Amino acid sequence: MMTVAMEKPEKTGTVEPAPARRVRTVNRAVVVAAILVLWLVLFAVLRGKQTLSLAAADLTDLHRWFNDVNDSIGADRNSNPLFLYFFNEIRLVIDTLVTFVQELISQPSTDRPVPQIGWLGVVGIVGYVSWAVGNWRVALLAVAGFTFLGLQGLWQESMDTLALTLSAVFVALLFALPLGVWAGLSERFHRIVTPFLDFMQTMPTFVYLAPLTLFFLIGPASATIATAIYAAPPAIRITAHAIRSVPRTTVEAADSMGATRRQTLLKVLLPMSKRTVVMGVNQTIMAALAMVTIAALIDAPGLGKTVVQALQSLDVGTAFNAGLAIVVMAIVLDRVTTAASARAETARGSDSPFLKWRRQLLAAGAVVTVVLAYLSHTYVWAAEFPGDGGIGSSIAKTTADVTTWAQDNLSGLTNAFRDALTNGLLNPFQTVLTDSPWWLVGAALVALGTVLGGWRAGVTTAVCVGLLVGTGVWSDGMTTLASTAVATVLVMLLGVVLGVWMGRSALVDRLLRPTLDAAQVMPPFVYLVPFLALFGATRFTAIVAAVVYAAPVAIKIIADGVRAVPETTVEAATSTGCNTWQIITKVQLPMSRGALTLATNQGLIYVLSMVVVGGLVGAGALGYDVVAGFSQGQLYGKGLAAGLAIVLLGVMFDRITQAAARRAGA
Amino acid sequence: MTPATTEVPQRRGTPQDSAGTPVISVRELWKVFGPKADQVPGSEELRGLTRRELMDRTGCTAAVRDVSFDVAPGEVFVVMGLSGSGKSTLARCLTRLIEPTAGEILFEGENIRDADAGRLRELRRSKFSMVFQHFGLLPHRRVVDNVAFGLEIRGMGRAERTKRALEVVELVGLSGYESSYPDQLSGGMQQRVGLARALAGDPDVLLFDEPFSALDPLIRRDMQNEVIRLHHEVGKTMVFITHDLSEALKLGDRILIMRDGRTVQCGTGDELVGAPADDYVRDFVRDVPRGDVLTLRWIMRPAEPDDPLDGPELGPDVVVKEATRAVLAAEKPVKVVEDGKLLGIVGDEEILAVVAGQEGDA
Repeated sequence: MMTVAMEKPEKTGTVEPAPARRVRTVNRAVVVAAILVLWLVLFAVLRGKQTLSLAAADLTDLHRWFNDVNDSIGADRNSNPLFLYFFNEIRLVIDTLVTFVQELISQPSTDRPVPQIGWLGVVGIVGYVSWAVGNWRVALLAVAGFTFLGLQGLWQESMDTLALTLSAVFVALLFALPLGVWAGLSERFHRIVTPFLDFMQTMPTFVYLAPLTLFFLIGPASATIATAIYAAPPAIRITAHAIRSVPRTTVEAADSMGATRRQTLLKVLLPMSKRTVVMGVNQTIMAALAMVTIAALIDAPGLGKTVVQALQSLDVGTAFNAGLAIVVMAIVLDRVTTAASARAETARGSDSPFLKWRRQLLAAGAVVTVVLAYLSHTYVWAAEFPGDGGIGSSIAKTTADVTTWAQDNLSGLTNAFRDALTNGLLNPFQTVLTDSPWWLVGAALVALGTVLGGWRAGVTTAVCVGLLVGTGVWSDGMTTLASTAVATVLVMLLGVVLGVWMGRSALVDRLLRPTLDAAQVMPPFVYLVPFLALFGATRFTAIVAAVVYAAPVAIKIIADGVRAVPETTVEAATSTGCNTWQIITKVQLPMSRGALTLATNQGLIYVLSMVVVGGLVGAGALGYDVVAGFSQGQLYGKGLAAGLAIVLLGVMFDRITQAAARRAGA
Repeated sequence: MTPATTEVPQRRGTPQDSAGTPVISVRELWKVFGPKADQVPGSEELRGLTRRELMDRTGCTAAVRDVSFDVAPGEVFVVMGLSGSGKSTLARCLTRLIEPTAGEILFEGENIRDADAGRLRELRRSKFSMVFQHFGLLPHRRVVDNVAFGLEIRGMGRAERTKRALEVVELVGLSGYESSYPDQLSGGMQQRVGLARALAGDPDVLLFDEPFSALDPLIRRDMQNEVIRLHHEVGKTMVFITHDLSEALKLGDRILIMRDGRTVQCGTGDELVGAPADDYVRDFVRDVPRGDVLTLRWIMRPAEPDDPLDGPELGPDVVVKEATRAVLAAEKPVKVVEDGKLLGIVGDEEILAVVAGQEGDA
């Protein structure tokens, strides 16, 4: 053939790679070890001095100032123009929205003893919508799931949670989708908005609540706003990503045919990113559900409140029942939205005979749904869920029995495990952190940050340490830091073991991945319940829950990292005679270093958010300060400061590990 | 060599003999990427630098440097170069998908660079169409809706545009696939959709940006033949970008070779092979079977007084390969005659030198 393709690489213009700079002779691990040793030596000498510890009821000037601010805001809430015409208006609008949705499905309104649409109508609508946007299988799941909620005796609580979630998702998407499209179209806006989104997503759910109550009072409005703020970033990010990943050629083709910007957006960009955007909506819904349950702390109604109240009275049975309801709702919402995003793909081009009848079937379904809704609006039997929630009581009772049995019979085992880990790992670590002088810990953190993440991360760490001292909850911060560090170590151990296993074996991957995916969908809250049953109200419960909560994400990242190691490299190692252990330690793990640091990053963030939630079940420290701040007026300022401290810890972890990840990747 | 190589283009007339004004006329076109790019074409000093020097001095990359050419109506004009030579940038500059830095682009006498956004859209909608290397189809639309897309953009009604789209779908040989989605088609068929989409608007000029580079060789050959067929049927002016010399020679009436953003040589295929402008071009055309490309004009020698002049006659634009049998069969040298005038003669030696691949380039 006469194919004289000119595909030889262009010689001119290629740059000779500069010779690698001389590698630093001192190993980074050695430096880290040296810092730790120095710290321990100084700790032995200076133990117990300048620890900045603060008793539970003690306040600093900052805390008192926060209290004053809170009081003064409370006093001028109805006179200050900023509140009168801005915050109060927002609250009013959101309140109206939430009340409207609540009266629709969950709460009695002024002239009716029951909500507008009763259980039968809601179940019908949920089933119909699931079928219309997804498929009949998820519709069945949704109907079964919602019926189960009623059988648990938690219908009204569930509907409150659903109402809040939907309202928050609505508000979040109202802003997130346009912003996402904008960020997708404009490079500049994308650059501006990305750091904010990064920051928002590192924050534990918890810390959104306190500042918002300052402006919007405690209650459903604050909860909805906090939830909307928390749930918007994934939608913005994914929408922007979807728009940006439309192939350049396609956009260029539309341009070359003379499409206007509007035509390009409406006919090319939006249709092509539909599927991905629906995935973003899924993320937003799941984030919203997680947040709505936690917002129970600021008096949001719903399942979260049941769990919180039960947790505070250590009523594991009730907590478990309500937690289960949250899980059921999470599964239904996740499956339905996932099916909706898959639908965009499968619907086109399939020649199913149903497709022809789809329109008629949809219309028929709509009629049935309207009839059900009408029935539930009119008749009491269809409005109030029948029965007395007997299944719920028996679930609660069984759980309580199992718990009691476990505590009676397994306590030897669980306590031994708990004490071993607490005394062997947690206590020493915590002592070193809390009993060292603050400046020693600070200096060590800055040094570690600099060594691991570079001078920029070092500067960030220094600033964070300084501010952390300023918050006045340094000692509690160090306790939280200790728990977080221990939990993260455990997460990484699990992550490496299971991640490598999954990365190496497709079978294990297929078996484990669905479980991990499901585990990631659960609101963090729910994880506390079973461990509370096993380990009682201690720090340790929070740590174990945090490990379980954070492990799936770390495992998945590491598994993907190991899988991404090129086949040929592994083959080459095998052909030189490496055994499995050598392949893992000398090829696969070093080559997935980037994934390992990223997993550490995500692990830390997840663990931190769970450890502070653990404040509810006796983990103490910052999480407890925040919770106490919500319930006791004089501790409000301290709670706010503790929230700030959590943010600072989060930023510090994130900056150091991100910088380290960039280094590993380079 | 396989029979495939015999698909030699029939010369459809070089611009010298095509009357009338050029459709596209490009004058001293520059495209520079980088900071203060617009200063580069104006500066006598910077203009002269090589790409590398310019990069080091100013941080700018000159993708297209001082390129000028004319495209005659109905002509297939090929721009050829290696990756990074600026050929795709040049093609995009023609309709300002990439904004040129300096120079003139005249389309039927109108300077495209002066067109405002509305006029430019107008031109893109009705005068130009482009076929892309990676197709650029809309995965959420059926074939017929993809083809009708350009018409839809113009605001044509559904019935009318579907009718037109179906005609074009048939023209490119995709009948039966109207209702398929792009991802259900093979690469070659997807590019036929791209071709149909470009043809649907009945443009004056078709721009092809390496349309067949992503296809495998057999499909590529089919598609090249398809383009030749369509050119015969619809007679559009075409500007064709490629990195494949054989494709350039097969399709192009004239070929412009680019290197580092500059024109190296512009001419017909036999001019490039017969008279390469420099070593760069010579290197490229080295492997081309010369007998397939060169015409008798390139190998004839002047008639000497003692040459017998009663041999058979052939035209000067007959390709060597096709003349071989006739020349070798004749007892006497073949006369190369144009309009009754004797230009020169070709004997066994000249033919054999070309066919054996020993002429000139050793």
